Amino acid sequence: MKRISLPSLSFALVMLYLFLPVAATILYSLATEWNSTILPEGITGKWFAELYADPRFLQAFGRSFLLSFLTTVVAVVIIVPAVFSIIVYAPRMERLVQLLVMLTYAVPGVIMAVGLIRTYSGNGIPMVIITAGAYLVGLLPYLYQGTRNSLLAMQARSLMEAAELLGASHWQAFVRIIVPNIMSGIFVSSLLSFSILFGEFVLINILVGGRYETLQMYLYAKLASSGHVASAITVTYFVLMAIITGLVVKFTRRSFARKEVP
Amino acid sequence: MKRFVSMLWITTIPFFAMIALFLLVPLLSMIGGSFQAEGGGGFTISHYREIFSNPYYLQAFENSVLISFLSALIGIVVAVFAAYAITRFPQSLQQRVLVITNLTSNFAGIPLAFAFIVLLGNSGLFVLLAKQLGIDFGQSFTLYSWSGLTLVYIYFQLPLAVMLLYPLYNAIQKQWMEAAELLGASPWKFWLRIGFPVLLPGIVGTFSILFANAMGAYASAYALTGSNYNLVPIRIGALVSGDIFARPELGSALAVLLGLTLAGALLVNEWLTRKIRRDLS
Repeated sequence: MKRISLPSLSFALVMLYLFLPVAATILYSLATEWNSTILPEGITGKWFAELYADPRFLQAFGRSFLLSFLTTVVAVVIIVPAVFSIIVYAPRMERLVQLLVMLTYAVPGVIMAVGLIRTYSGNGIPMVIITAGAYLVGLLPYLYQGTRNSLLAMQARSLMEAAELLGASHWQAFVRIIVPNIMSGIFVSSLLSFSILFGEFVLINILVGGRYETLQMYLYAKLASSGHVASAITVTYFVLMAIITGLVVKFTRRSFARKEVP
Repeated sequence: MKRFVSMLWITTIPFFAMIALFLLVPLLSMIGGSFQAEGGGGFTISHYREIFSNPYYLQAFENSVLISFLSALIGIVVAVFAAYAITRFPQSLQQRVLVITNLTSNFAGIPLAFAFIVLLGNSGLFVLLAKQLGIDFGQSFTLYSWSGLTLVYIYFQLPLAVMLLYPLYNAIQKQWMEAAELLGASPWKFWLRIGFPVLLPGIVGTFSILFANAMGAYASAYALTGSNYNLVPIRIGALVSGDIFARPELGSALAVLLGLTLAGALLVNEWLTRKIRRDLS
């Protein structure tokens, strides 16, 4: 008989600790009545039905989706070409960019919120736009690292030199050669960015509040009123994150597979 | 010498403009604001004086440091062993376990707080279970107390700690273990004398990331009791968004102090890591 080792035991404990809340939430979202017994009294889909029929939920989901999606697209359009030209044409500037990346990573949302309110509140600019701007900066570490890894993996610098020798302009070479090659890497970073923004609560709650109710804020509002509906929201959110994670894994594998066969 | 590249300018100007507008300007404005009298007056350090003389704010710092330190410590001790267990799995299983661990890291903030309410809230699963077994920890433990919040913090530290510690074990080669065994060292002795010292800089670095992570956390505590927990991020949020009285200048001063604490944690980490590495070589 093998003795259970300390590492295996702590691994099992960690997994149990990480999955217990998830499992309980899923169970709760399907339970008819669960106030006094240990296991739910019956299974029902009515909380999900109720949730998906609630226009407020659909609107909140739509707002979260729209805000996260548009911000991710804008962030990719601004950050990826900039990181590309810095790595290829101005490698000395990379130190500065890395410093800024560190700074964005080290400053928590609460601190950003204070600065943004002081700078922009009461200027007539909708605070949702300001929040989106802060999200752009918040995505910097993830998109920078993703772009950088993809560019180094494909040896962008020598490819650009070759393309230019053959008479392509910078832009042509970038659009025709670099972009198709880093596409899958950027796609993975974008999915990651989207999921981070989709779960964001601090900035949107402090800067905008109830005027632009996202999914997280809707969940917060439902915490007090209906536990079952709140767990249905949480499960929906978790399923969406699981789908995104699945896509990330699939596309990461694919881009790795491609690299192995040059 | 490189020739002038217009692409560099066209792509980097919006990039740096974005960083200036949404990172540097707000941070500078916050630092400036923390030295400004309320309502936009002249230079003053009264906000800092108020924070340092008001037990309420000092308490918030103490609470924040304590819960961050404790949750980071527990998280890292458990994760050191758990990450090692993962490295002993077959390769394909390792990747799968890491993906799943990473997935649970999305369970943070409001959803996480809610899941813990389902488990340990006033009519939570475990509370009911305990009642049926005749145990009443109603008085000694509730989710809405500090120990409850610490459990929530540990939850979001664990996936991060495992993900950050797992790659460290690459540094420990199988041959070292074999060599140590041949020379008569027990596994315990190997880890104590060789394995752990090699891992230590990485563990210290991870610890400071976890600590900073918890210091800045806002959503979970907010979701559990609104503004009731006296934590620095909660105080800052309340001061600037103004549930009752907005005092953005005081909030700015608190935010600057929180930022300094985080910077301090990262510097100590840097210093410790370097010191430990020097001892090793």
